[in-house]
Parts: sequence; C-alpha cells; structure tokens
Amino acid sequence: MRHAIAPSENVENNSIAVTDLFKICTHCERLAKKDLGIRIPRPLGSGPSRFIPEKEILQVSKVDASTQAIFEDAFAALHRLDNISLVMSFHPQYLGSFLRTQHYLLQMDGPLPLHYRHYICIMAAARHQCSYLVNLHVNDFLQVGGNTKWLNGLNEAPQKLQQLGEINKILAHRPWLLTKEHIERLLKTEEHSWSLAELIHAVVLLTHYHSLSSFTFGCGIMPEINCDGGHTFRPPSVSQYCVCDIANGNGHANHHDDLLGNQEMCGEVEELMERMKQLQECRDDEEASQEEMATRFEREKTESMLVVTSEDEECVPSRDISRHFEDTSYGYQDFSRRGEQVPTFRAQDYSWEDHGFSLVNRLYPDVGQMLDEKFQMAYNLTYNTMATHKDVDTSMLRRAIWNYIHCMFGIRYDDYDYGEINQLLDRSFKIYIKTMVCSPEKTTKRMYESFWRQFQHSEKVHVNLLLMEARMQAELLYALRAITRYMT
Amino acid sequence: MEKMSRVTTALGSSSITGRTMFCHLDAPANAISVCRDAAQVVVAGRNIFKIYALEEEQFVEKLNLRVGRKPSLNFSCADVMWHQMEENLLATAATNGAVVTWNLGKPSRNKQDQLFTEHKRTVNKVCFHPTEAYMLLSGSQDGFMKCFDLRKKESVSTFSGQSESVRDVQFSMKDYFTFAASFENGNVQLWDIRRPDRYERMFTAHTGPVFCCDWHPDDRGWLATGGRDKMVKVWDMTTNRAKEIYCVQTIASVARVKWRPEKKFHLATCSMMVDHNIYVWDIRRPFIPFATFEEHKDVTTGIVWRHQHDPHYLLSGSKDSTLYQHMFKDATRPVDKANPEGLCFGLMGDLAFAVNESLVSSDAGRKPYPGGDRRYPFFSFKKPNPTEQFAHVSSALSVFETDLDSSRMDWFVKTAQLYLLSGKPFTELCDHNATVAQELKRPQVRRVRTKIIIRITGTANLNVSAFSFSMKEMGPESRLERCKGESRPDNVHLEPGNSHISNNNEDNEETEGSDGPTEYMFGDAELDDDDLYPMEHDNQTVPEEPVYTLPPEAFQLRHEIIDNPSAPEHLQQDKADSPHVSGNEAEVACLTPIESFSLISISQPLYSPHLHASFFCPIVREMLSHYAERGDVQMAVSVLIVLGERIRKEIDDLTQEHWYMSYIDLLQRFELWNVSNEVIKLSTCSAITCLNQTSTTLHINCSNCKRPMSNKGWICDRCRQCASACAVCHHVVKGLFVWCQGCSHGGHLEHIMNWLKNNSHCPAGCGHLCEYT
Repeated sequence: MRHAIAPSENVENNSIAVTDLFKICTHCERLAKKDLGIRIPRPLGSGPSRFIPEKEILQVSKVDASTQAIFEDAFAALHRLDNISLVMSFHPQYLGSFLRTQHYLLQMDGPLPLHYRHYICIMAAARHQCSYLVNLHVNDFLQVGGNTKWLNGLNEAPQKLQQLGEINKILAHRPWLLTKEHIERLLKTEEHSWSLAELIHAVVLLTHYHSLSSFTFGCGIMPEINCDGGHTFRPPSVSQYCVCDIANGNGHANHHDDLLGNQEMCGEVEELMERMKQLQECRDDEEASQEEMATRFEREKTESMLVVTSEDEECVPSRDISRHFEDTSYGYQDFSRRGEQVPTFRAQDYSWEDHGFSLVNRLYPDVGQMLDEKFQMAYNLTYNTMATHKDVDTSMLRRAIWNYIHCMFGIRYDDYDYGEINQLLDRSFKIYIKTMVCSPEKTTKRMYESFWRQFQHSEKVHVNLLLMEARMQAELLYALRAITRYMT
Repeated sequence: MEKMSRVTTALGSSSITGRTMFCHLDAPANAISVCRDAAQVVVAGRNIFKIYALEEEQFVEKLNLRVGRKPSLNFSCADVMWHQMEENLLATAATNGAVVTWNLGKPSRNKQDQLFTEHKRTVNKVCFHPTEAYMLLSGSQDGFMKCFDLRKKESVSTFSGQSESVRDVQFSMKDYFTFAASFENGNVQLWDIRRPDRYERMFTAHTGPVFCCDWHPDDRGWLATGGRDKMVKVWDMTTNRAKEIYCVQTIASVARVKWRPEKKFHLATCSMMVDHNIYVWDIRRPFIPFATFEEHKDVTTGIVWRHQHDPHYLLSGSKDSTLYQHMFKDATRPVDKANPEGLCFGLMGDLAFAVNESLVSSDAGRKPYPGGDRRYPFFSFKKPNPTEQFAHVSSALSVFETDLDSSRMDWFVKTAQLYLLSGKPFTELCDHNATVAQELKRPQVRRVRTKIIIRITGTANLNVSAFSFSMKEMGPESRLERCKGESRPDNVHLEPGNSHISNNNEDNEETEGSDGPTEYMFGDAELDDDDLYPMEHDNQTVPEEPVYTLPPEAFQLRHEIIDNPSAPEHLQQDKADSPHVSGNEAEVACLTPIESFSLISISQPLYSPHLHASFFCPIVREMLSHYAERGDVQMAVSVLIVLGERIRKEIDDLTQEHWYMSYIDLLQRFELWNVSNEVIKLSTCSAITCLNQTSTTLHINCSNCKRPMSNKGWICDRCRQCASACAVCHHVVKGLFVWCQGCSHGGHLEHIMNWLKNNSHCPAGCGHLCEYT
C-alpha cells in the first residue's frame, strides 16, 4: 500500500476575483478599524494591470476549461497566480508554454541551486529596476532558504554570483558587446568559476527575466496586494477617493476620452491593412537593389536610434533596487553609434533554430525544446484578426515587429526588406517598442495608449508578448554565440 | 602535411590521385560542390565564392566568382551545386532568397547567368536534376519548393510545404520524377515533379528540423535523413509506408549526410554545432563510427565525395575557413581505439567481465577460479564475413560470483534499516544502534556507539551499565572475535596500575602524539578504578591487534575468521599480526587516540558541559573521518545524524555533504529508498535537504481509463469520472489516499484500514487479496 496526497482544495479560491476580496465598503472598514483596531490593507489599484481596465481582463471565474487548467497548474507550482499570468491569459496557448518554461527554469532539476536561481532573477529584474519582479523573487528567494544578507547588495553575494554581474549588465543593455572573453573569464578554472551547464542556465534565466521585465513594464503590471507597493494602509478618507477612483484609469473618467480618441483615429486600422495589402501585392513589381536593401537596414537601425524615449520618470521603486546591481549608469546605448563599429549579426549565420537550440539542449536538456516551443508559439500566434476586422493575415506585421526588435540589437535578416518596417510601424508604435525593449522602466501609460488606439487590449498584450520573446531571443543569440565561440 | 600517402584509382579513362591536403579560404564556407570529372571544387559562403582546381599536391584557386566592388547579397550563398552533366553550370542559393545560376563559359568576368527572386525568404537548398540539363529545384525558408526550367525566366512549378520551412531537397537518383524534401517540423515529403498540387507521401522522420536528406546512389528505395535530434535514419521507401531500417545516433545535430560511393552501407555525416569532426558510419554498426576525420577546427559545413564512383576521397569545407581533401586511408578508425574489454560489478558484488575471445582462449588451460566461479557461455556476435571490413569480433563473458557468505553486504542493508536516527531520546538512540550493530556482529561498530553514549551523555550510571552490558555481550561472541576473547582474560586480571602503563605506552607509540599525552594526563588525574576496568580490555587490544579492532570492512574480518576457524588462538594472533603490521601502522596511529580517549572519557565524571564540548569533538571528528576514509560511511553518517548539533559544527560542510552524498548514493543502490529519504530529511546540510525538494512531482493515472491525469487529483479530464473513489464508501477521496499496488483499488486510509481488519479481500470485489502493511 502506498500513500499519496491528492492536491488539496485550494483551487476553489481561484474563482474569486482577487480584488473582490478587498473591496470592502468604506463604512464597514471604518467600523472594523474602530472596533477591532485592525489595519486593513487596501489595494492601490484594481486589476492586475495599470494600463488595462480590470473588466477587460478575463475573470478567473469565467475562463474556459483549458485556461482554468493552466491556472491550476500555475497555482500548484507557485502557490500563487501572479498578475503576469492574469494578463497573459488573453493568450492561454502562450501562457501554458510560458509557465511551463518558467516553472522548469525555476523549480525543476537544473544545474543551479534554487536560491541561486531566484537571486539571478533578482539581479536580472533589478537591472531594469523592475520592483515587481524583484519583490516577487525576493520572497521566493527567502522561501527556498536564501541568505538574507545577499539581498543587501551584490557585493554581499558569493563571488560566483558577483562575477555574473558583468554579463548581466551587458546582456541587459548592449548584448552585442558580449565576447568570448567574458565567457572565458567566467569559466576559467578557479574557486568561483562556473560550469558550462550552470552558465547556460544562468544565461537563460537572465534573458528570460530581462525580457519579462519588459513585459511587466509594457503592460503596466500591478504589484500583488501582498507585495511591497501593492497595498496601502492609508485610510481612504485621506486620499479623498474610493477604490474605483484609485483604479487608475480603469474607472469611467477616461471613458469619454477614449471615445473621442477613437473617432479621431478611426482610419488607423484600415490604413494599416491597406498598406499590408499593398506590400503583399507590389512586392513582385518593384525589386529593390541589394544596395538599397542594405541601406534600408542601416536606415532603420539609425532611425531606431533617433526614436527617443521619453524622459519623464514615473515610478519610484519602493525597495531600493539599485543595490542589486552595480554600475547604475550603464544603460542601453544605440547599436550603431558613431565611432564604435560593431559588425552586424547575420541571423543566417547563427540562428536559434540551427545553432542556439542545439547548444542549449546539449548543456541544459529539455530547456532548448521548451524555449523553441515558446519562441514559435509567440512568433506564430495569431487569431487572424485586427481590431474589429477578421480573417486578416497578420504574419507580415508580426514579422515586421520581430525583425524591428532584432534590428535594434543589430541582428539582420538577409531575406527581409527593412523598408516594410517603415510602412507598417508608425512612429508612436516605434517609440513604444523602443522604450519597452531598451529601457522598459520608462514605459508610461501614455505610450501604451498612444499606439494602435483602435486595437483591443488583448492585441496589445499580444504585441507585448512578441516584443518580449524577440528581445529574449536576441539576447540569447548573442550570449550563445559568445559561448559557441568560446567552445571552438 | 606529414601524411603523404598516395592512392591512384583507375576509373575508366580518368584517374584520381592525391593526398590529404588543405588550403585556407578567406572566409568561412557554407557549402561545397564538385564538378563531374572531380577535378574542380566550388566553395560558397557568405563572403566567398571561388573555384579551386584539385591538383595532386594542392588546391589551386582557379576563379573568383565574387566580383564587383560591393558585392550584393546575391553572392551570399547558403548552398551551391555544380551540375553533374553540364561542366559550366552552377547554381547557388542566396540568403536573401535569390536563386542564381552561373555559366562558367561566359567570356565576361561576371559569370552570373540567371537570377530568380521568387522566394520570399532565404533559400536553403538548390538541386539540379541528375540527368536533365535544365531542371533546377530550390527549397526555401518560406515553405515553398520551386522547379525552374533554365530556359525560361521564371519557375515552372511551385510546391507548397504548407508553410513549413524547407531545409533540403533532393532529386531521386533513380526515379526520374521523384524528389524528396525535408522540413523544419520534422517531416519528409515525397513529390512527383509533374504534380505540384499535392505531395505523394509524407512521414515524420525526426523530432525537430530535418536538416538534410540523401538518396542512396544505388538502391532506389533508400533515403537517409539527418536531424537536429542527433539521429541519422535510413528509410526504405519501396514499401507502402516509409519504414525506418537503420538508425545511427550521433553526438550532435546532423547538418549533412552523404552516402559513400560504392559502399552500400556507408555514409558520411557532419554536425552543425559543437562537434567539428566528420564521421563515416557503417549503418549496420551504429554505435561506433567506421572512420573519423578530425582535421577541422570549427564546424564542418559542407561535405562531398570527390567522385561519384570513388570512395576514397572526401572533400569538406568548414567555418574555420579551410577546405580539406581527406584521404580515406588517413582517417582515424575509432574501432581500433575502442576498449574491447568490459568490466562491471553487480549489485550483489558479482563481477562480470567481457573480453576478446582470443585473449581468453590463450590461458584456457588455466584451472577454474577458486571459489566456485561460473563461466558463462561465449557470446559470438556474428559470423565472420570476408567481404566485411570489420574485424570479426567475438567476446567472452565471464561472471565471477562472489562468495555469498564472506562478502555479502547484508550488514549494510540491515543496519541501514534498523538504525534509528531520530524520534527517541539521544541515549536510547545510541543504545538501540549499539544493539543493532551487536546483533549484526560488527563489534567494533557497536563499541564506537557505546562509547559515544558514554562520552556525550553525562551520566556515570549509564556509562557503567552500558559497559557492563557490552562486556556480557562479548562473551558468546568470542568465536568471531577470538582474539578479543584471548586477550580478555588477561585484561580481567590486570591491575589498574598496569593499565596506566599500557595507556602510557600506547601514547608513546602514537605518531601524532600532541593530544595523546594531554589526554593521558587528564585521564590519570580523574581515573576511577571501577570505570577503567572494562575499558582496559579495549585499550589493550588496540596495540596488539589493530586489524581486528577496526578492520577496514566488516566482511573482511569475517572472511578471515571463516578461513581459519579451528586454528589455535595464539597462533592466529601471531599470524594476523605479522602480515598486517606494515599496512596498518598508519591506522594504529589514528586509532589509538580514539581508543585511549574513550578510556578517559569514561573515567571522567563528565559533569561540566563546556569541557566536554571542547574536548570530545575533535576526537569524534577524527574518528568519523577515519571511518569515512575506511569506506564505512554509514557509520560516519549515522553518528553524525544522531549526534546532530553536538558534532556538526566540528566538521566542515563540504565533508559532511560528501559523506551524506555517498551514503545516500549507497542506500539508493541498495534500493533502500525509505532510509535514504530519512537520511536526507534528517541531514543538516542545506545541499542535502534540498535534494528532497527537487523532482517532487507525482504523476498519477486515472484508474478508469488508465491515462495520465493532468490537472486535478480526483477528476479525470478524459473519462470525466472521479478517478479516486473510495472502494469502501464510494466517495471521492481528497487527502490521504491509500491503494493496493496489486489491484490498484483503494480509498480513504481509515476505511481501508478498517476494512482490512475484518476482510482479506479487496473491498472493490475484484477478488484480489490485499494486504495492508
């Protein structure tokens, strides 16, 4: 006879929307406070995202069976259902793949010990000052028995992790500068050296969390109520508004505004579709010369440089995140700056499918498979809709976005006409992409709202997924190429 | 090159000569191809497109096709093919999606002939029809294959692979109209060139992309495919369903595969990542490459046999910017280096040994191994075949069974199971474990345990009782420990004063005497006759018979005993002493402090805790590491766990972790899962405890439809039934569920317990006799 413990019954909790729990009428709350002296935490906003109205996001109670199953798995694995998953649940197919990978990276068998993994996540997220992810993983880190001292800063962490700081910095902001010398330094045999398998694990974690930070900022993920910055004890009377006011644009105030905007930008989607159609048709007519193609890539590259990201600082991280990384001044620098010439990365010479996959799978079995699945899922995900239009082939648009991001990292596809990008992606969208990918902490709600005004939120989340995966692949390609060069 | 072998092969009118040689290219190569008469080779890459003449001693650059001041992307080649009928005709696949043909007969510098830009994505492969002069096939990343008639400006037909990227296309050598295409999703399709609307046949060949395929040059039905899953598979296409007939597992993703001419079962492969070698496999011997070429310093990107009918020359281009001609004669033969002997220990100590038959037969006259070894029959792999190039290999397999009595590891299993590591007061634990050891006839272990009790617990009473107990127990054991029995009577009669002397002597003998004398001094001051008395015996045995006091392995001790059961005791002593002295001197040195110390520890009142913490720990530590070094890691770990905090800080974490790991490994080899789990749980090393936190997933199958349950514990997604209903109350079990492994029925723990109190059959009525343990 053998005993087994069937999953306990906490699944039921899921059916209650998170904020429902906390929407206590002010009267009651005041009473509660008066009588019992309990300080009741209040959510700072409602819903998992600051950008997307709560009512747009799927209610946990109303999802279909397959999504429900994904949520349950996630809950069983992490003992929480974080806001990232909730926002991603617009695209359950992808969410499944995403969570599977993340779960494998963080909790399943791997070369790195559990607390190292979470610490690396903290390092990666801190690079982008993503307090949400940092807080999440600080909790996890402590839960798996991590040393509190390490959280005081990278210099309190073991030498081994400190050494990772350098490639964390480079990967996050200027991955094209990663060379085999960096890898050599980490792998050279000494007391604090890394093994190849550990390094691959670390690199995958770093890139995953850099890009996840992008997603977090890009979708304005709210901190969970139990995390730092996710709640306030301030009584509502002081701040003069009720829960629905704090809802940060999720209320009715903006509704009117949206309508106006919609009228104004009415033709946007149609225009975009028209252009896609044109591109599809006239591709065969006019054949651009090779030189023309090359210059188009260069132009797109330099132009991406000119797309300036706005400077207004919005969020101030509650936990002092900067202590998790050193050299705060190191940020994204445009790929092709005058003076330093880094050779263009040719996608055909080192691609994920042919080269990256084999390397990852060799050193960290199964992860290559999962990442491959995730990349493909993100790249091929489509519902053949655009805003209100159905049966649209969006492959061209998706490819433009993907290649534009790779272009910002200096990765060039020989078989792509970079002129298409200019036609398909308008300026506000480019600003959004650039900000999100290169300095995600500067993403603002205004940016989120100003691109593709007529598109649905689910489509904007879709774009965010594309951005995230494209960024991750770009970083990963540079890192893996450096490792391959080290190995040969 | 130091390899100067020359081969001349007559092939009709032409003859090929050459040697292993190489030349530097200016840039990494992506693909190479030879012309029909095997005199020239074309190399193509992102920044290179050149033709080299193959001369006897060297490669000579003939032509640079990459012309123009700023070459366009059309020159950036992913693949190149030289027409096998037309001397002057070449085709390249460009990374930007262009298919270009080149006419070497053109008078101008630019030999570009035609340009097809119909593909939207990178073209991965071009292929000329083997017999038709104007037919060219291309496969592209955009999922289309196009057939071009070179007399026309555009493609004549387009084949759609349903939006999956095409990695390779190959015309069949024998069937005029057939071509094969391999895809990124793992499929291989067969097409008829006349029917562009639909493929003739499709099958999944690999998981992940199929990077390459190659038709067998002679056998029309055979197609070899290589994929990212590191496999090379050979398919028989003549039957209705493509049948996998051979499979070779390589160590890296397979980038190219090429059948070796004139050798039916040979093919060459190279890899896309990590591995730089070129392998030639005999597909019937998939475990070891037939030949290996190890010249390249970076991944090999193109391989081609120099001539269609000559199996001795292989050309290869690589990312390390070199072009090689390999002579088959110069290849490394991994078979020669392979170790033909195999040796393996079985779980129960059996030893299997496989060796080349010839080696065994040479000493066949030898008499059988002592101790009843069994020689297993010879296994011969295959009949020698003169046409084969492989040496006839046949091996003899012998299995040596160990003497069951002498070297069984039973004691290990039993002690592992019986030792109590937690759950009782400390002294009881020690007591219990001492008894266990006693019962299993491992006296020295028992003694150590007893000693620990005495040392750490501060009660004099217990000390005395424990030792009087041990004295009593030793009596009947004297047959095993005859030396001990021998010495005991002497001890009994020894005066306390005498013991002082022996103690003293012993200290003098120590090589590391630093803590010895201090102990002695201490002991001297506090010595109590009554307590000392039983210890005396221990003390004396040490210098006399180090081997018997602490033998390296328990079974060795017993082995010796069994050998000489009837010999006179004093003789044995002498015998035992003499051969072992040299080997055991070091052990004596490290043993003595332990033994002598136990003497002291027992005699001192042990009432002051600070003294005992600072004083005993180094000794215990030394003792534990001694045991661990002797291979008795069980001892070390058990003591470590039982002592817990008292000793833990004394031993550095790495050592502890090492001990734990080895012990757990041992336990798991003996399939003592429960014990190993307990050890993991009780260990104080973080690295060990976290072992229990990995791989904690429990997979369960539905009891109705027998398929895996994906999400919830009690409802099966597929059959929509509650899978885990209690067989007694027929309600869903949430929480503790207990089931019979025989009939897989079960239910609430309580219900089943109650049921089985009164019944012996399964509550579900299946007739199975369930047992609850």
